[in-house]
Amino acid sequence: MNLLEKLDASAAARKALLPDGVGAFGIPIEEVYSATEARIGDRRVLLLGTNNYLGLTFAPECVRAAHEAIDKEGTGTTGSRMANGSYSGHRALEREFADFYQCSSGIVFTTGYQANLGTIAGLAGPGDTILIDGDSHASIYDGCILSGAEIIRFKHNDMADMEKRLRRLGDRVETTLIIAEGIYSMLGDQAPLAEIVRLKKAYRCILLLDEAHSLGVLGETGQGLVEKTGLLNEVDFITGTFSKSLCSIGGFCVSNHPQLEQLRFVSHPYIFTASPSPATIASTRAALELLRKGSHLRDRLWRNCTQLYSTLQEAGYMLGPDPGPVIAAIVDTPQQALLLWQNLLEHNIYVNLILPPAAPEGKSLVRCSVNAAHTTEQITYVGDTFSKLHKLVRSNS
Amino acid sequence: MSDSNYDEIMQLLCDRLSSLTNSSSQITPETNLISQLSIDSIKLLNLIMEIEDTFDISIPINALTDVQTVHELADLVYRIKSAP
Repeated sequence: MNLLEKLDASAAARKALLPDGVGAFGIPIEEVYSATEARIGDRRVLLLGTNNYLGLTFAPECVRAAHEAIDKEGTGTTGSRMANGSYSGHRALEREFADFYQCSSGIVFTTGYQANLGTIAGLAGPGDTILIDGDSHASIYDGCILSGAEIIRFKHNDMADMEKRLRRLGDRVETTLIIAEGIYSMLGDQAPLAEIVRLKKAYRCILLLDEAHSLGVLGETGQGLVEKTGLLNEVDFITGTFSKSLCSIGGFCVSNHPQLEQLRFVSHPYIFTASPSPATIASTRAALELLRKGSHLRDRLWRNCTQLYSTLQEAGYMLGPDPGPVIAAIVDTPQQALLLWQNLLEHNIYVNLILPPAAPEGKSLVRCSVNAAHTTEQITYVGDTFSKLHKLVRSNS
Repeated sequence: MSDSNYDEIMQLLCDRLSSLTNSSSQITPETNLISQLSIDSIKLLNLIMEIEDTFDISIPINALTDVQTVHELADLVYRIKSAP
């Protein structure tokens, strides 16, 4: 099989999962009306398939900051910070993230994906070991591969399994990096951080926590799981993304370890890429400020999460273990998931369809992402529609 | 399981793969995990976790890039199990 034939085989496998004309992956969105509504084809749909957790995509403060930055500094930086220099906005945002997490330093990356890639590959290398949760995001897997370290998985959120694997490492625990996530993107559940910290200290490893989905969502000021659990000072490195609660694009890493600064000189995903544009940095700074004082946004988000989670649970759907902004209805077959996804779209609701092997344990998911801008009426409509469709999904088993 | 010899490892892998894939055809050392048994990446990683527990070893998932066949997987397990 040559290179192109391999892609043909991959395309055939994708077509076998999805019938012709079903554009569930990368669906064309014609117009975006607000943080909660858009047009898909000729339908005005409710957006339940975006990660706009605080609903800030059209926040006037962020839009205005982006406009002003373009006027003042242009549309792009045209290259890497190493070669083309660091704009004042890059440096200010790094200070603001470090301050937000009460850390000595922070680094901004061009995407959230690169934040994990660059931090992991900068910290660990050949001869080291990285211990990761089995449900880790692809950016974590890819960062581990790029590092050249040995990668060991533990069962998702299973601390007995994690300890077993730490024990097997023997002396190698001294050069082991443990990676977990604040909220896992598939089922929306949270890492058992207290137990992870206990094991990290017992085995004297370094711990990296990815707060991509929990930034802005958990904790009094939105720091994430570190704040909710009161364990900020126990985590060595925190990464996260700007593309969810902060509504732009980019990523960060913060730490109290002074060695974080050295990543700027050894981490290829930081060095060899264009730096974030002035508009991106400006809107992210404005959004971070809104996030920090946004307890009212978190209150609205959690009210919406709790309402939808309860409705789906009462309707009989199997859900992830924790209520939160990621609410995944777990079904047995790809056909059931596709049926539910298509029917929701026919009722003008856009959600995410996740099929094996992307979904855990051979199941399929229809995943909702709730945000603070959804109205109670919108959440009620989504919950009622899911409830009406439950019988149809069950009869298709 | 301790002091596992190569044949024991091979037998265990064949038995486990057979039940995992419900394959009607005979699984041999030369059977290709991907093209013949259609094991996707997640199933393979879960199988690796089971093997790790059975033999009380750690198998780095990057070592799997060189594994195509059942005997290559058995070689990897044997090599790690036998390491001092």
